[in-house]
Amino acid sequence: MTNALWYFGRGFGVSALVLFSLVVVLGILTRAGRPLPGLPRVTVSTVHRTASLAALLFLALHVTTLLLDPFAQLRVVDVVLPFLAAYRPLWQGLGTLALDLVVVLVASSLLRHRLGLRAWRVLHWLAYLCWPFAVAHAVGIGTDNRSGWLLGVVTACVLAVLAAVGWRFTSRRFAAPVPPARVAPPSDLAGLR
Amino acid sequence: MAAELTIDWTRCEARGVCLDLLPGLLRPDDWGYPMAREPGRIVVTATDLPDADVAVRECPRMALRLARPS
Amino acid sequence: MTAAAVGHAEGVNGLLSAGAGNLAEHRALLGPLPSLGPRVLLSMVGDSGLTGRGGGSFPTARKLTLVAGSGRAVLVANGAEGEPTSSKDRVLLLEAPHLVLDGLELAARAAGARRCVLVAPADLLDGVLAPAVAERRARVRLVAAPEGYVTGQETAVVAAADGRPALPFQPVQPIWRHGVAGRPTAVLNVETLAHIGLIARFGVAWFRSCGVPDDPGTRLLTISGAVRSQGVWEAPGGTPLGEVVQAAGGPSEPLQALLIGGYHGGWVPWDDSTARLPLTRAALEPRGAAPGAGAVVALAASSCGLQAAAGVVAYLAGESSGQCGPCVNGLPALARHLDALARGRERVDAVAELERLAGMVDGRGACRHPDGTARFVRSTLRTFRQEVALHRDGRCSGRLPSARPDRSMPWPPS
Repeated sequence: MTNALWYFGRGFGVSALVLFSLVVVLGILTRAGRPLPGLPRVTVSTVHRTASLAALLFLALHVTTLLLDPFAQLRVVDVVLPFLAAYRPLWQGLGTLALDLVVVLVASSLLRHRLGLRAWRVLHWLAYLCWPFAVAHAVGIGTDNRSGWLLGVVTACVLAVLAAVGWRFTSRRFAAPVPPARVAPPSDLAGLR
Repeated sequence: MAAELTIDWTRCEARGVCLDLLPGLLRPDDWGYPMAREPGRIVVTATDLPDADVAVRECPRMALRLARPS
Repeated sequence: MTAAAVGHAEGVNGLLSAGAGNLAEHRALLGPLPSLGPRVLLSMVGDSGLTGRGGGSFPTARKLTLVAGSGRAVLVANGAEGEPTSSKDRVLLLEAPHLVLDGLELAARAAGARRCVLVAPADLLDGVLAPAVAERRARVRLVAAPEGYVTGQETAVVAAADGRPALPFQPVQPIWRHGVAGRPTAVLNVETLAHIGLIARFGVAWFRSCGVPDDPGTRLLTISGAVRSQGVWEAPGGTPLGEVVQAAGGPSEPLQALLIGGYHGGWVPWDDSTARLPLTRAALEPRGAAPGAGAVVALAASSCGLQAAAGVVAYLAGESSGQCGPCVNGLPALARHLDALARGRERVDAVAELERLAGMVDGRGACRHPDGTARFVRSTLRTFRQEVALHRDGRCSGRLPSARPDRSMPWPPS
């Protein structure tokens, strides 16, 4: 039984990570403006939100399963407060932090019209902190679980997100338009100055 | 007129979600920013109102406002 | 008409004759500030027919009334004057700072405003306004207006008065309901306030004795370009354009057109019939122009109107605050096409593109910068139609199109 809980717990966790990686990539695509061929922008935006809620669901299942699994030694306090766990406190703590940040991200996005644009934007940048914590947690938390498939999945997620983030921070598409250089008025019409 | 849609231009970044949701009312300008199809204000009729509400809610930059005549 | 006029100072028939260097001289010339109540002041301003002198021409009494009900209004005096072709606010603040401050105090009284802010260029604040405010111990907060064309826009002035960067913004509620510090705010041009300072003393009839019924009182005009005596002149409302040019000494060489209302204004071709047009909204509107803030630039016949206009649009493009997509993208595009037309180097039908782009930027920004630029472009195309034909023929009525322009256009655009 406990074996089953352990495997399900890991399965839900990996699924959550894949979905969160998709969410980050879609979040960047939402900002890209012009549509990808065949993909309406509103769809990208909607899938970004739906995937984040699905990811949150899998995260909840991941946590619940492991709370029930005696082998994981997970207490409720470990779910919200990091680095207090019995089993692998550092790597568990990163997972806890990632979860805390996910809660902030989702809550602030659901309430963004109340928060206002500036506050929401600042909070949403926490995604760039949250996702690396989740990846580190996934890689570091298991011992016998350095299996090929897990590393393969995580590598694929990391490559996808790195590619998207790299594009986001280097492409001119994301740069705010800049007015041309200021010039003096033409001498025929320059006024008295 | 059911409502008027206004765009806060200091927020709009041509993300284009509203263009997908309100193709009858808006079209992209040369640089992807939403432009009214009819000259003048963007008047939203009762038929388009639900989609306009969604657009206001979904705009990633919260750049849209819907003003209903009081 | 119930207001009692205080008296009539000898020789004071307008703003520029009411100038004084310090408070003592000012009081000696004009007498003390009238102790009229808010309602009387409001009705005097209303009866006078005074309209905004900052370019908007909005009835001043109505602006004050909009904020008057709240009892917590803020009055902002706008001396920012970002328009290069206009210097009248600068001259007024230098010549008659106390008259402006009088007007601000009276307008604040009329509107029940407890807070006053004066936004003006830093050098005027240090040189003239801070001393003047100190002299009269006025409760006026001074805010420096940064350089730039759009810093004179109403919302930019409100932002500056509110302690934020002087950039235009799109208010959720109108400024008269929610402005500086969230209070009902009225922004008035410094010349408008100066007029209030005199109307309160000398009365409505005195004010209306000058000018014409639909443009009563006087206006400060900045007359520059191909005239003998460029400068700031005060003229009665409704002065014909020919007399305006005469006031500045007449043309220094044959003229082809006047640019009225600054870079967001419109052209009026110069000929015998247009010289008779009064400088009023009603007369100029059919010509696509308006008095604006009273800036008149005379264009010599030996100049190329298209080159001059291209220079203006290049300048306006550089002055975009960069906040709004249609403006920051559209104005440089307008500048490029007009420049190509001016140099006789069109690759596409520049006139058609200019009309299309003007329609694309008009009304699509947080402030009126794209609108004004579109108006100027359309007016240019209308007024210099013959010049366009010449340029397409490889000729130019002014300097040759291949001549070095005044400023280099960055090409290709960044």
